[in-house]
Amino acid sequence: MFGLDMSFLNWDIISKFVIKGFIFSVELTVIATIGGILLGTLLALMRLSGTKVLTIPATFYVNGMRSVPLVMVILWFYLLMPAAFFDMIPGGANNRSEISAIITFIAFEAAYFSEIMRAGIQSISRGQVNAGRALGMTYAQNMRLIVLPQAFRNMVPILLTQTIILFQDTSLVYAIGAYDLLKGLTTAGKIYGRPEEAYLLAAVVYFVICFGLSYVVKKLQNKIAIIR
Amino acid sequence: MNWDWQVFLNDDGSGRTYLEWMFDAWGWTLAVAGSSWVVAMLAGGLMGTLRTLPNSPWLVRLANVWVEIFRNVPLLVQIFIWYFVVPKMFPFMQQVPSFLLVVFALGFFTSARIAEQVRAGVQALPRGQRYAGMAMGFTTAQTYRYVILPMALRIIIPPLTSESMNLLKNSSVAFAVSIAELTMFAMQAQEETSRGVEVYLAVTVLYAVSAFAVNRVMAFVEKKVQIPGYIVAGSTGGGH
Repeated sequence: MFGLDMSFLNWDIISKFVIKGFIFSVELTVIATIGGILLGTLLALMRLSGTKVLTIPATFYVNGMRSVPLVMVILWFYLLMPAAFFDMIPGGANNRSEISAIITFIAFEAAYFSEIMRAGIQSISRGQVNAGRALGMTYAQNMRLIVLPQAFRNMVPILLTQTIILFQDTSLVYAIGAYDLLKGLTTAGKIYGRPEEAYLLAAVVYFVICFGLSYVVKKLQNKIAIIR
Repeated sequence: MNWDWQVFLNDDGSGRTYLEWMFDAWGWTLAVAGSSWVVAMLAGGLMGTLRTLPNSPWLVRLANVWVEIFRNVPLLVQIFIWYFVVPKMFPFMQQVPSFLLVVFALGFFTSARIAEQVRAGVQALPRGQRYAGMAMGFTTAQTYRYVILPMALRIIIPPLTSESMNLLKNSSVAFAVSIAELTMFAMQAQEETSRGVEVYLAVTVLYAVSAFAVNRVMAFVEKKVQIPGYIVAGSTGGGH
C-alpha cells in the first residue's frame, strides 16, 4: 500500500536496534523529570523568596531558558561541556552525546518545571502559611511540611503533562546524534533500506506512548483532585 | 576566553560573509515561522471551532482525532514524515518544495495546540451568548461568525501569544531536513569556523529578539482589538 512495505520488521531488528534507544529515551525522560522538578522547585523558591540576590538570578535563568529553542540549548551544552568532564564519568568518553543530553534536559526542563511549581506554591492560601508559622515552624519546615506537599499535589497533572511533552522533546537529541528511540528506529530503517517505513513506525510508537500516558493523566486528574 | 567576532566578516566560501549568511538564515527562520503561523491559525481555528459544534458529533470526533494525532507525535518525527514519507506515499507531493513541506509540518503540529486554545476560549463563554444568537434567529454559522468567535478569539490572545513564541522557537527543528534557517546556520558555521561560542551566541540573541518581537506584536494586537470594559491580562504559558 502506498509503496510501503513493513515486512522488514522482526524481533531481531527490534532487540538489536530499537530497545537500546527506547531505554535511553525513557532514562532521559525519567532523570530529566526528577532532576528538573528538584532544580525547578529550588528556582521557584528562589523567585518567591523576596530577596533580590536570589530572585534576580533565578528569574534571569528561567526567562533565558524559556526564550531559546531547545535545539540551541542542546547544541550549547554539547559545545561547552569540557572533554575532561566526560573522562571523569565511567564510560563517559563513548557516550558524550547521551551524557550531555541528560544534563541539558535537566537544566532546560527545570525552567519549565519551576514555572509550574511557582504557580503551585502561589495557589496555596496564605492561611496555610500563617497556620504553620503559628505552630512555630521555621521557613524551611513550613515549606517542606505544609506548602510544598500541597503545591506538588495540586500540580501533579500539569507536571505529568509536561513530562509527556518532555518525552516527545527527547527526540531532539538527534541534533547531537545521541542514540534514542527515534535514532534506533531510523538506524534500523536505513540498514534495511526501509527509511520511510521506519519514520512511520516511529510516529506510531510515539503516538501510542504519548496518547496512552495522557489518557492515564486524565484519569489520575479526576482521582486525585482535592475536593474542597 | 578569547573572543573573535571578526569571524563573522570571513568569507564562507561562496562569496558572502558569515554575517550575511546569518541574516539570510534569520530570514528563513522568520519565513518558516510566519508561513507556519498562518497555516496553524487557519487549521487550528477551524478544528477548534469544529470541536465545539453543538449538533455535529462526527465533525467533533474528526477534529478531536486531528488534535490527538498532531499533538502526540514529536515535531521532529512529523517533519521527517512530511519530508520523506508523504512524497513517497503520494508521488504528486514530490513537486512540492521542501520549504512548504516543513511549513505544513510545523503549521499542523501547532494547529493542534491552537485548536485546544480555541475550544477552551469558546467553552469559556457564558452559554447565554449562544442562546442570544439563536434567539436572534441566527444560523449556527452566523452565531459563530457574529457572536461566539469574535469574543472567544479575543479571550485567547494571551495563550496564543505564547503558542506563537513557541512556534518561532520550534522552527529551529527545521534544521533536521536542511532548511537554511538559523539553527542550520549555527551548526554549519560552528563546524567551518570552530568559533562555536560566538556563532551560537549571535544565533541565540537573534532567537530571543525574534521571540520578544512576537510577544510585543501580539500585545499590540491584544490592545488594539480589546473591547472597552474587558480586562487585558498579561500572559504566561507552559509547553514548548
